[in-house]
Amino acid sequence: MGDGTGQSRFPVGMLAVIDTLALSVACVPAQAVEFFWNSIMNNFRADVLAAIVLIAAISVGCQQEETSSGAAPSLVRIEPGADAARRIQEALIQAQPGDTIELAAGRYDFTSTLSLDVRDVTVRGQGHDKTLLTFTGQRQGTGGEGVSITSDGVEIRDLAIEDTQGDALKINGAEDIVVRNVRTEWTGEPQETNGAYGIYPVMCRRVLVEGCIARGASDAGIYVGQSEDVVVRRNSAKENVAGIEIENCTRADVYDNDITGNTGGILVFSLPNLPAGNGSVCRVFDNRVSDNNHRNFAPQGNIVGMVPPGTGIMIMAYDQVEVFDNTIANNQTVNLAILSYLVTEKQFDDSDYDPYCEAIHVHDNRFEGGGDEPQGKLGTVLGALLGGQFPDIAYDGLNDPAKVTDGQLSESLRISIHDNGDADFANLDLENFEPPLKWPTVSRDADPYASPLEPLAPVIWEGLAQ
Amino acid sequence: MMPRSRAAVCAALAAVVLVAAGCRQEQPVWEGPPPTSLAEYGLFVGNGSTQQPTEGVIPYDVNSELFSDYAEKYRFIKLPPGGQAVYHPDEVFDLPVGTILAKTFAIPHDRRDLKQGERLIETRILMHREDGWVGLPYVWNENRTDAKLELAGGTVDVEWIHDDGQRLTNNYIVPNANQCKGCHKSGDRMIPIGPKARHLNRDFAYAGGIENQFQHWEKAGVLARAPAPADAPRLAVWDDPESGTLDERARAWLEINCAHCHHPDGPAANSGLDLMASQTNPTEFGVLKSPVAAGRGSGGLLYDIVPGKPDASILMLRIESTDPDIMMPELGKRLIHEEGVALVREWIAAMEPSPEVEARRPLASEEGRAVARGSAKLRTAADHAD
Repeated sequence: MGDGTGQSRFPVGMLAVIDTLALSVACVPAQAVEFFWNSIMNNFRADVLAAIVLIAAISVGCQQEETSSGAAPSLVRIEPGADAARRIQEALIQAQPGDTIELAAGRYDFTSTLSLDVRDVTVRGQGHDKTLLTFTGQRQGTGGEGVSITSDGVEIRDLAIEDTQGDALKINGAEDIVVRNVRTEWTGEPQETNGAYGIYPVMCRRVLVEGCIARGASDAGIYVGQSEDVVVRRNSAKENVAGIEIENCTRADVYDNDITGNTGGILVFSLPNLPAGNGSVCRVFDNRVSDNNHRNFAPQGNIVGMVPPGTGIMIMAYDQVEVFDNTIANNQTVNLAILSYLVTEKQFDDSDYDPYCEAIHVHDNRFEGGGDEPQGKLGTVLGALLGGQFPDIAYDGLNDPAKVTDGQLSESLRISIHDNGDADFANLDLENFEPPLKWPTVSRDADPYASPLEPLAPVIWEGLAQ
Repeated sequence: MMPRSRAAVCAALAAVVLVAAGCRQEQPVWEGPPPTSLAEYGLFVGNGSTQQPTEGVIPYDVNSELFSDYAEKYRFIKLPPGGQAVYHPDEVFDLPVGTILAKTFAIPHDRRDLKQGERLIETRILMHREDGWVGLPYVWNENRTDAKLELAGGTVDVEWIHDDGQRLTNNYIVPNANQCKGCHKSGDRMIPIGPKARHLNRDFAYAGGIENQFQHWEKAGVLARAPAPADAPRLAVWDDPESGTLDERARAWLEINCAHCHHPDGPAANSGLDLMASQTNPTEFGVLKSPVAAGRGSGGLLYDIVPGKPDASILMLRIESTDPDIMMPELGKRLIHEEGVALVREWIAAMEPSPEVEARRPLASEEGRAVARGSAKLRTAADHAD
């Protein structure tokens, strides 16, 4: 079972119970009975005592199996070395709720996905620059991800996951998840063959991603999809296609992140045909989103493949998004874009899907530079409408016709933009972009949007540390 | 005194033995810790090398089976004493606690002549315990005298002569206990896949003759409430044209190879793709559906399935790939299932091309590109706006 190679375990788990039984008379009687018989021959009284003790031991053995699930939490320490990947995987399979698996500093090479499906387990390294899980030699047929977590109440922290074939850290369908001080990275130059997502919780509830570093993802460095109650804070994402992407979530706070050098900084997207339905309620604040001008190295067909290099923050088809107190600087296509899904020109067949942005509230942000070199198809086609220079805030002007009265969205669904310093603005009027039949009339007047919306509530849950 | 004390000792010893035996007997295999050796389940005669089941262990087959790198598979079910499966038309049969399912994977030496024997690789156990189903991989030793529990899985080098006479090799992957869940998880639970009416509704060559599996199980007293086979659903056999239309066979192949993850409660539910053969909405099973989190798996293509155009369909790209980040299914196989892939290709090619794909796309239109080049007309519009 891998004992004696740098792995220790206290006090009992399933294996320990097996070991206990194996030592008891019940399961390995031969030696014990021999010993027993010999001692009977020598000393009768001691034997009777021994028999009583043995019987007691056996009955304890039987009971112990029945109650093994109540074992006290244990700490499993694993060190690098021969067969370390296998030892870690076995430890994760055999872990009991409450256990901590601690990985010593050093490098661990994996050839297949490392997976955890036991609730309330902590996996802890010694720091994202000290405990390195590398997947350079990952083979097909063993899963696409580096680390896969599918159980509730898991915390993974203080380690790095490098060079996975697919996603680095995928957490699927779990609740109460903490990802803390984890680095996910493709260590070479950013390129198309890198895996899609760095830190990737999907279909989860109550997710905290904090203090992490994500670099080199060919889709999003930190991607939270189809989840409820999400906090993404104090992270750094660079040289990914998307720094942070929030997709079809309900209630997400994205704050205090440093997002630079990606193709697009922060994306807040709601996409069709997904089980979670439309995305809504997202606060993006106190972030630095700058110089996200990297070439787009996402494989085409993916939604982020259409994100133009030079995108700061892009909100697409989402409802109730509050963007405030951010510094958004030097993103060459556009610092902030508010778009409908219709601009992707992709088909969708989903009667419940709302492809329009509604209740978007942009206020108190600092804008600097940017918009001067629009790129990508979206950037060049729409940039031409704007004479080659994007404003800080670009809005496609597309609204659900069913929700517009007298040319206006209702009070609760409208777009609100105010107190953003000297930031400039344009409504691209894409409603009328039907070449060669109709041409849009771009409006640069932000006054109609100046009235504030109510602030959104913070995302909180019991147990969320501040 | 001596004889008396000896008798007492003997009595004490007998008690020990009784207690020891009682401890074992009272604890069926599904209640204790998982056996470290397959033999402890008592499913097979002798050491199991011939895969001959013991009394009460029923072999079975499914209509269309998951592709596992050209492994042959032997499936068995054993119900607990007095236990019965309860029929369900759509879902997995209700199987009582104590049910054990076993699936042995073997590589024939020569696929053209199965009589030449085979190498047993692994036997996967799915066991219904009090707290739910558990999946356990057992790997056979080379002498095929026993299979040992390998929770972390492993790899086995195999070689065989293929259908076309070529000698092939593979580094066969035995999944770990967590990867079992990769396919067998539904919502929060782990469940079997095979024991559903539409998979089991077929004949099997039992020692006593050929018989429909439902009828055999009913006679054996292990299945309750099954209708006549003709009244029960039956999935097509993907490689038997007499069992269904091209559409039915391709959908059957997709269900058994993909839908354990790609269904609304499966591990890949987040993709929004539902490949159950019962799904009737074409978008849900991929027609003109955009990828969600495919990453490199999109291969630069726009839709999962483009009717009439297999080479423009992400689905084809992924089932034809061996790149770990692209290939589907992503677990339990390293090779491409050439015959299954050909069937899906034929299915997509036969679909009526959709005019919607060519629908108006302003940004991609000639006029849109003219805008990008700085069309004078648009400049004017923009200037007016200023």
